[in-house]
Amino acid sequence: MKFLRDTLDKVKHDFEKGGKYHKYFYLYEAFDTFNYAPNTVTPASGAQIRDAVDLKRLMMTVVIAMIPCLAFGIYNVGYQHALATGQQLAMGDMIVTGLIKVLPIVIVAYVAGGLVEVVFVVLRKHPLNEGYLVTGMLIPLVMPPDIPLWQVAVASIFSVVIAKEAFGGTGMNILNVALTARAFLYFAYPLQISGEVWTYLPEGATTVAGYSGATPLAVAAQASTDGESVVQAFNSFGSGWANDLYSFSNMFFGFMPGSIGETSALMCLIGAFILVVTGVGSWKIIASVFVGAYGMASFLNLVAVNEFMAMPAHYHLVIGGLAFGAVFMATDPVTAAQTEAGKWVYGLLIGILTVLIRVFNPAYPEGIMLAILFMNVMAPLIDYVVVNANKKRRLRRATI
Amino acid sequence: MGKFIRLKKGFDINLAGKAAPKIASIEQPETFAVKPTDFHGIYMPKVVVQEGDNVKAGTVLFHDKKHTDIVFTAPVSGEVVEIKRGEKRKLLEVKILADKSIEYVQFTKHSVSDIANLNREKAQEQMLKSGVWVNLVQRPFGIVADPAEKPKAIFISAFDSNPLGADYNVIFKGQEQFFQVGVDILKKFTSGLVHVNVHSEREISPVFSQVKGVELNKFSGPHPSGCVGVQIHHLDPINKGDVIWTISPAGVIQIGKLFLNGIYDASKVVAVAGSEVKEPQYYQTHSGACVNRFLNNNLKQDHVRVVSGNVLTGTSIGKEGYLGHFDHVITVIPEGDYYEFLGWIKPTANKLSVHRAFGLFSFLNPKKEFVLDSNMRGEPRAFVQTGVFEQVTPMDILPTYLIKSIIAEDYDEMEALGIYEVIEEDLALCEFVDVSKHNVQSILREGIDLMLNS
Repeated sequence: MKFLRDTLDKVKHDFEKGGKYHKYFYLYEAFDTFNYAPNTVTPASGAQIRDAVDLKRLMMTVVIAMIPCLAFGIYNVGYQHALATGQQLAMGDMIVTGLIKVLPIVIVAYVAGGLVEVVFVVLRKHPLNEGYLVTGMLIPLVMPPDIPLWQVAVASIFSVVIAKEAFGGTGMNILNVALTARAFLYFAYPLQISGEVWTYLPEGATTVAGYSGATPLAVAAQASTDGESVVQAFNSFGSGWANDLYSFSNMFFGFMPGSIGETSALMCLIGAFILVVTGVGSWKIIASVFVGAYGMASFLNLVAVNEFMAMPAHYHLVIGGLAFGAVFMATDPVTAAQTEAGKWVYGLLIGILTVLIRVFNPAYPEGIMLAILFMNVMAPLIDYVVVNANKKRRLRRATI
Repeated sequence: MGKFIRLKKGFDINLAGKAAPKIASIEQPETFAVKPTDFHGIYMPKVVVQEGDNVKAGTVLFHDKKHTDIVFTAPVSGEVVEIKRGEKRKLLEVKILADKSIEYVQFTKHSVSDIANLNREKAQEQMLKSGVWVNLVQRPFGIVADPAEKPKAIFISAFDSNPLGADYNVIFKGQEQFFQVGVDILKKFTSGLVHVNVHSEREISPVFSQVKGVELNKFSGPHPSGCVGVQIHHLDPINKGDVIWTISPAGVIQIGKLFLNGIYDASKVVAVAGSEVKEPQYYQTHSGACVNRFLNNNLKQDHVRVVSGNVLTGTSIGKEGYLGHFDHVITVIPEGDYYEFLGWIKPTANKLSVHRAFGLFSFLNPKKEFVLDSNMRGEPRAFVQTGVFEQVTPMDILPTYLIKSIIAEDYDEMEALGIYEVIEEDLALCEFVDVSKHNVQSILREGIDLMLNS
């Protein structure tokens, strides 16, 4: 490894001020610091020692927490494909099918968004931020498996430019970058990201008799329109070709069509466990989103006038992207509320809004995305109130 | 009766190289220095001695150009050998080559009964003239106390919760009488209380447990429970317009010695500690001592950082540097100027972290004594992670917002968010834990300077 270090040191002066590649200094720095933790020391006065954590490690922890979702997602894409087409595939074949579908999406998301980052690093002369390690993984996980790759690229580029770099980069953005990508596709190319796109079906593939690609949210909305019990609709869905596809346990484990990484509440809980134990994600936000959603759904149960409102509250927690959104999207520290009290309010409102959007606005069946984006915008307001309360306590103390 | 305050938030940094509780005697350092940079809020120190002058312990070396009565005096007798200046002729050090035996400037000696009858003016005059005055630190802002002020209370933190902090049982042993007299003098300056704060789970030195006429409060919990700013926040918080003075026990004892013995006695016991010290223990010396004598043949390796003070708030002074006025510890840690292959992700149990992010296993072993070096452990970034500063700040203050308001130079926000209540040491842990590697303490001092000059 000494060779690498020596080479890096040898070319360093070319990238420094006055060197021939000085424009690309931050790219050099990014590559250097990715290989070696830098040799900078603490200033002469102040804290002489520093905590071992840095932003790179923090972001990698989030990526690691997403691996269960990604791994299960890869398998599930193959599994759903086999179910829909009626093929008897071995486990290995399902994984290969999933890999063939998912890996290109991951690569395209990282490359497209990463290139934008690089361009901004050179143009705006700021260090390459680690935030994209997470964003580049989040984007594929909220995409349907059948999404055209060029749309992944366009969405990644759009979200990095508009949602992040326009505001100044990681740490300055108002909206969650990955959700902006998804929202962009949702409104710009609704055909490819809504309806029956959630199962990988190559062109010309024959589906099994009775096949339907409707997601649980769509099934629930339809059942409500038909005046049929949602739970019954779930239980009878898929009969003949995929019995119990939408049973509660099946949906909890995630063996259902959906975005690549979103379907399994269990995998999200494993991710949540990693984030909470490592302290990287706020447990307050994760818990309060679930509490908010469950509470709102229970309340709707009590006052139910239609079948969707009467759907048992715990179903809300396993369908759609609620678990994934609560664990990986709502906890983004930059776009969430930043005060400890504010995090409770922020999470609760996300949960409540998600259920409200699902139940009362079936035109946008996936409520969590819009709820989080909306609360991203509201988070500074929540913090403002909390900070103001702190200031007021200080003032009140002075007047006593 | 004092109060009992339980603090939960904070973090104890457990470092290797704790000083053994014994005081070694070695040959005294040759040179001593007084550094105006140890003090805040003095305006252009004006030097009144010249190189080559002979001084006694207690002779004025320089004074504040605006408040000419605030003087800084020599800790030992000897010859002024160097007046060291930095950029723009900023005064850095006045160095004295010490005599073998110290001669003192004689100030008025008082008996214990005299002291009771002494009024504030007389006491103040003697404290100012002798140079012990600069031990009084004024809050807000942590500046040298203004003699014209009447503080609402005076605070003394009687324990050091910093990493490798000195054991006050060792360094103040046998100073009961001087501490009592010092407290009696201080009481003349405030109509409020003199608070002495001890830690509930540490052995309390008789110096503090036997002192009369003070409010003896107990604190529990991790660092920064020993920071006097945190203690003030919980006992008698500083609001706009309030003035509180703080003083270290060493300062109180020095005041006691001034009135009882009539001399400016700068003798002190310092701990020489840290992972790179062969024999960490205590030494008897004087303020401003050159540290080389304590380190000769006492270091495990050569590539070290010598810190006057503790590793959270101290100053790197080098092996030939001088002990700071307020410091009781010389900490020696390894210098961290090395590259580490894949250091940003490599799992490790040997680096300390408050966080438990991937691969940081120090939390599994809370009793372990860590060897930490001066490496930054990452690159500066924008604020990303939230809630961490709050975890280590046991005060009703939002450090992140305060720091941001300082960066934005928003005076009203700084005031509203509590800049009057904190100085560097109170938020030193924030600097340690920061994921984005901000120099929180120097940012805070910039904010305080803005407030001071506004």
